[in-house]
Amino acid sequence: MTGALSFEPDDRFNAFLTTCKKTPYGSGRLAGIPVAVKDNISTLGIETTCASKILKGYIPPYDAHVVRLLKAAGAAIAGKTNMDEFGMGTTTENSAFGPTLNPLDTGRVPGGSSGGSAAAIAAGMVRMALGTDTGGSIRCPAAFCGIVGLKPTYGRVSRYGLIAYANSLEQIGPMAKTVTDVSTLYSVIAGHDPRDSTSHDRPYNHMPSADIKGLKIGIPQEYFGQGVDPAVGSVVREAIGTLEELGATTVPCTIPSMEYALAAYYVTCTSEASSNLARFDGVRYGPAADVKKSWHDAYRDVRRAGFGAEVLRRIMLGTFALSSGYYGKYYAKAQVARENVRADFAQIFSGADVIAGPTMPTIAFRLKEKSDPLSMYLSDILTVPANLAGIPAISVPCGKVSGMPVGLQIMGRHFEDERVIDVAYAYEQAVRA
Amino acid sequence: MSESQVIVGLEVHCQLDTKSKLFCGCSTDYRSDGPNTHVCEVCLGLPGSMPVLNKKAIAFAMRVAKALSCSVLHESEFSRKNYFYPDLDKAYQITQYDKPLAEKGILEIDGDDGEKKVRITRIHVEEDPGRLVHMGNAERGRYSLVDYNRAGIPLIEIVTEPDMRSPKEARKFLNKLRATLEYLGVFDSEKEGSLRVDANISIKGSERVEVKNITSYKGVEKALTFEITRQKNLLRRGQAVERETRHYLEARGVTQSARSKEQEHDYRYFPEPDLRPLQVQSWVDTIVLPELPDARRERFMVQYGCSANHARTLTGELRLANFFEKVVAPDPAGLPGLATTWIADTLIGELNYRSMSLDLLEPPAFTGLIRLVKDGVITDKSCVEVLRVMLDQRLKGEPTETPEALVQRLKLIKTANDSDALVATIKEVINENPKAVEDYQNGRDASLNYIVGQVMKKTRGKADPGDINRGVISMLKKRGT
Repeated sequence: MTGALSFEPDDRFNAFLTTCKKTPYGSGRLAGIPVAVKDNISTLGIETTCASKILKGYIPPYDAHVVRLLKAAGAAIAGKTNMDEFGMGTTTENSAFGPTLNPLDTGRVPGGSSGGSAAAIAAGMVRMALGTDTGGSIRCPAAFCGIVGLKPTYGRVSRYGLIAYANSLEQIGPMAKTVTDVSTLYSVIAGHDPRDSTSHDRPYNHMPSADIKGLKIGIPQEYFGQGVDPAVGSVVREAIGTLEELGATTVPCTIPSMEYALAAYYVTCTSEASSNLARFDGVRYGPAADVKKSWHDAYRDVRRAGFGAEVLRRIMLGTFALSSGYYGKYYAKAQVARENVRADFAQIFSGADVIAGPTMPTIAFRLKEKSDPLSMYLSDILTVPANLAGIPAISVPCGKVSGMPVGLQIMGRHFEDERVIDVAYAYEQAVRA
Repeated sequence: MSESQVIVGLEVHCQLDTKSKLFCGCSTDYRSDGPNTHVCEVCLGLPGSMPVLNKKAIAFAMRVAKALSCSVLHESEFSRKNYFYPDLDKAYQITQYDKPLAEKGILEIDGDDGEKKVRITRIHVEEDPGRLVHMGNAERGRYSLVDYNRAGIPLIEIVTEPDMRSPKEARKFLNKLRATLEYLGVFDSEKEGSLRVDANISIKGSERVEVKNITSYKGVEKALTFEITRQKNLLRRGQAVERETRHYLEARGVTQSARSKEQEHDYRYFPEPDLRPLQVQSWVDTIVLPELPDARRERFMVQYGCSANHARTLTGELRLANFFEKVVAPDPAGLPGLATTWIADTLIGELNYRSMSLDLLEPPAFTGLIRLVKDGVITDKSCVEVLRVMLDQRLKGEPTETPEALVQRLKLIKTANDSDALVATIKEVINENPKAVEDYQNGRDASLNYIVGQVMKKTRGKADPGDINRGVISMLKKRGT
């Protein structure tokens, strides 16, 4: 420990659930840099709620692996950021502790579910933050708030201490204003962790390079098709034009399995969530169950009162999808669809180095605009394929529509996070110059 | 209805005797410590924690698979079994479902009609849940406390085909399985709660009933016997046996229908996303199995001249077999005969009577004891008396005395057949019982027994009954002439 930072920001956008007013830091690559941590990542001694009433008051007795790494690199933990409850949402409106507002237009959402982390960066409260991305939860708020966010290759960052929503899909990832900062933060958190059996020994020690001469970029037609705002599409096409000017070439491609991607995604994540969230029963932490009731009645009442509407909806959907007689129709089928998505990507990556397209089909929604769940689910269509396939994907700001930022999404082969970072860096440097 | 129509299959859960838990580093040695002292974020299922598979537990399970001649699957997988219960901290148990570690094996038992091969359906590995401690009583202040020390202890589940035909065969299967697991060094049957059995039982042609919650070896035979009687009585009265789950109530020795709600469980199995599939088939060839119960039994018969029954008894438990070999080691030619009968016929009974572990008795002390018998220093009766004191001293944690010292202190040295003391006692008894002497001399042999009995009483068992018999006869003959 080399010092302590005082962190008392003016949080007008409700980006934080907890702020660490006096926070220690050490020496290292992140010495003295305040880093915000999404509230679904366990922090020793700091309340961690996943923006849910059911975890109100829960103070983890251990640090997530990534938090240990942050501390070891000298970072100051600035606080815990707001999110959609348990990561279930695309707007950060599904927080039990009120929505986070988009700092660029407080009438709009910051995106989600890592909306608090994105808003904290966009508002200049912190330089860097950790988010988590299950189906776009880092990239969507990065795009909506005009910052950079990376969803790493599945397994490159330890999930130990990340309160699971959908284990097979989610990754912790870095968020910041610049690609360089994202790269620096990523170099701290990536690497093998024996406590996460799905983690790989693929550390990240890369300095972003803007040289993309000869790079082949696949442009999937689905990313510019139905449901994608043409204004957003044309901003992104312009950005891809910039990449071509830097020496890259483009190849048109198609991802036929995208037709089933959303369904496969929602069946998988709700199934896993129904199991992951079953432990919140009032016995060990969170609001206590009423001991005068029989245990199953007490469980039911604690859970009904503790979970928000969207969480209850997804638990019900997932419970149904795993039920005997339906497993084969839903969960098993979703895994087949997932294999198809992987196969489609493999096919594209045999002829292209990266894939580019918009991160989100539209600019940030107005508050309460996506009040029906289905239209909210549909807005994840461009981000979920990377999670289904486990490949790295980054969102980098690439212009504006109606004064709101648009994100350019770059996806790459497994473990080629370095390359997607380079492409984003090349673009960022080109437009800055 | 004949016994042969009974059909029994077993699901046996045994705790694997590893040092740490199945998915975390917590110690498994929790029994003497307070509740919730052997726990961490993983076995408490705290949010964000993740399982890391204990390689040793898999290695142990693989040994069992090989010993039971199972084939190990090329790829097996852990799954989540989802259900709510306060002892289940994650609200799911990590177990194996459609891709178990191993399947299709055999365990040979000494069946009702000779050697019998019981088929093993599958072997899989899973974690133990925590434990509920019920407080208060049904009328007032009833509540439960949860102890997660047991949560995450590795279990192996061994499922048999319905190949057993009687409760006795089921018991024999369990005994053989226990011995095999102990010989493999993967299981300790003496640890409380280390074994749990569910039994499927039916009368041929009727529905099958699952009896859960059997926690002892004897319990299996009792539970099944009760259940068979119950089912047969139903059929005799023309009623149907219902397909259901029943709980065995150990204290009352009966089975009781589980509430139908519990049968409606839908466990919503799906592959555990936090663990990778398991590919360990190649380990099989590297496993070197130790000597197993059958081989040791054969060896005991050849090497020590034990009868088949004695050899089976002695090798039926690892502790017993090891104890026997340590006892006879100082004199492998001279001691096995006496050691066999004294251990199999006396020691086991004395231990069972005290519910005492053999671990408390050191083999050299027992060797010393039977040597006193062998050398004619004490009688069989005195030997039992000394043994009982030796066991009691160890059980109560009192200072122990050597068998030699005990014999001295208790004055149990055998009276030599020609010793003056014995002769004097016999003379005394004969003088005190003229009527009996007269009867004997008139041809009533029963009187001899009476006189011998009186001598034994006076010598308090120190004299050998054969010696007394001979002494009395020779003295009466002298008097008669």
